[in-house]
Amino acid sequence: MDNEFKREIILENFQHPFNKDGNDELNYEKVNSNNESCIDNIDIYVNIKNNTIEDIRFNGEACAISTASTSIMLKNIINKSVKDSIKYIENFMNMVNELEYDENLLNEAVAFTEIYKQQNRKTCVTLPYIGILKILKKYDKQ
Amino acid sequence: MKEYRYDFPMFNNNIIYLDNGATTFKPNSVIDAVNDYYKNYSANAHRGDYTISYKVDVNYENARKKVADFINAEFEEVVFTSGTTESLNMIVNGFFKKLLEPGDEVLITKSEHASNVLPWFKLAKETNIKISYIELDENLHVTIENLINSVNERTKVISIAGITNVVGDERPIDEICKFAHANNIFVVIDGAQLVPHKKVDVKKSDIDFLAFSGHKMCGPTGIGVLYGKKEFLDKLEPINMGGGMNESFDSENEVYLKELPNRLEAGTPNIAGAIGLGAAVDYLSKIGMNNIFNYEKKLKSYLVDKLIKLSYIDIINLESDSGIVSFNIDGIFSQDVAFYLNKYNICVRAGNHCAKILKKETGIKNSIRVSLYFYNTYEEIDKLVELLSDKEKIMKEMI
Repeated sequence: MDNEFKREIILENFQHPFNKDGNDELNYEKVNSNNESCIDNIDIYVNIKNNTIEDIRFNGEACAISTASTSIMLKNIINKSVKDSIKYIENFMNMVNELEYDENLLNEAVAFTEIYKQQNRKTCVTLPYIGILKILKKYDKQ
Repeated sequence: MKEYRYDFPMFNNNIIYLDNGATTFKPNSVIDAVNDYYKNYSANAHRGDYTISYKVDVNYENARKKVADFINAEFEEVVFTSGTTESLNMIVNGFFKKLLEPGDEVLITKSEHASNVLPWFKLAKETNIKISYIELDENLHVTIENLINSVNERTKVISIAGITNVVGDERPIDEICKFAHANNIFVVIDGAQLVPHKKVDVKKSDIDFLAFSGHKMCGPTGIGVLYGKKEFLDKLEPINMGGGMNESFDSENEVYLKELPNRLEAGTPNIAGAIGLGAAVDYLSKIGMNNIFNYEKKLKSYLVDKLIKLSYIDIINLESDSGIVSFNIDGIFSQDVAFYLNKYNICVRAGNHCAKILKKETGIKNSIRVSLYFYNTYEEIDKLVELLSDKEKIMKEMI
């Protein structure tokens, strides 16, 4: 995949993010993710039933990479089981950390396969993953 | 002003540095002064039994004299601290904690830096004093009228920045002090963004307390200044107790402290930092503070005149006087702009700039901040504007 196409995926998800309408009235479980070193600050709202992510939304202020990364993550785990979601997330984190990963599981997240080259944007791309993992791990134990 | 760039080794790195509100580059004279101490007379202060220690004492106190002259203070009114933050915390906890009574009011503004907000917040929790805000006008400036309207019989302190770090507005300190003192109110000035850029005369302005940092004025990191009128500093209780600040003590807890300023400098001071700051003061004085201020104003106008022509750029602080320009680009997150400019070795700051309560006032949570210093050039501004003139390019290259 060429870089131009990756860039388009990121831009599309930044300008038209998926489910960026989360709010407290949903009465979903909520987790905040923010970077201490920068100004990204997002809330993720998730509704888990029968160990499946029935709905997931977000809101907040974040850079293009963080916003796009969140949007793509949501698309990739909505309607998935908690187990499969964690599997997807671990695979994604492996990719970011330059470990072995399965590209077939990434879908649009392939846009970030070169992100490790920009160390200062690693925190942007992983921001939503760190937040949602906290919730998912809780359900995984149940 | 361009000729001064040769004094700064950092410019050999081909960086366009526009984040001078955060910190500044150091000229050779400052680096050499610090190195000279570490290489040639690296001893402790206040131990003048041998030659190199005596030299430390002379140079350390000489640096204090330079700083005192720089702001027109008396020698003993200058206390070395680690920076503005420590200075403000000492003022709040060492002086006002004892003086203020429950219900007394401290006036600040919503555009203050965290360092001039959080120490007061903490004190308010501990002692039940009240923090109130001077209303800012439509340009986010402080006016004397609004100040007068904010004062009541319980107002005891006005604690504000001389120049703010996001809006870059200069407060009318002379008038504020005059009004405050006529009403028995203390004035604390956060000088972090003021002292490096404009001549400050604590006597002429009649400032009660002033705090500023060395590293924002070409000096080393980790050194700063607490200025206070002698009569007030005399009453300021040291937060730190230890060596170098006591005259004598015995096992019965009879402790006699030294006179100012040593009384407030417990422990081995930041000797290298103070000597470096002395060199920085010499350097700035040689250029002339009026030259620095006027040049920065011109440079800022030059930048604003160009940015204003770009329809998608919204400048937050059009009316401010200092070399700070805060703006946003429509549809692009401020941090992405900073990342984009970084690809061209241009350093700007994105974020809320430690002024987190300002966002409620402006409705703007984050912004891109360009903060200029005398060593910046018109050519650097041209390069910046050229890169901001193509929104498509920004969108393309920011990720």
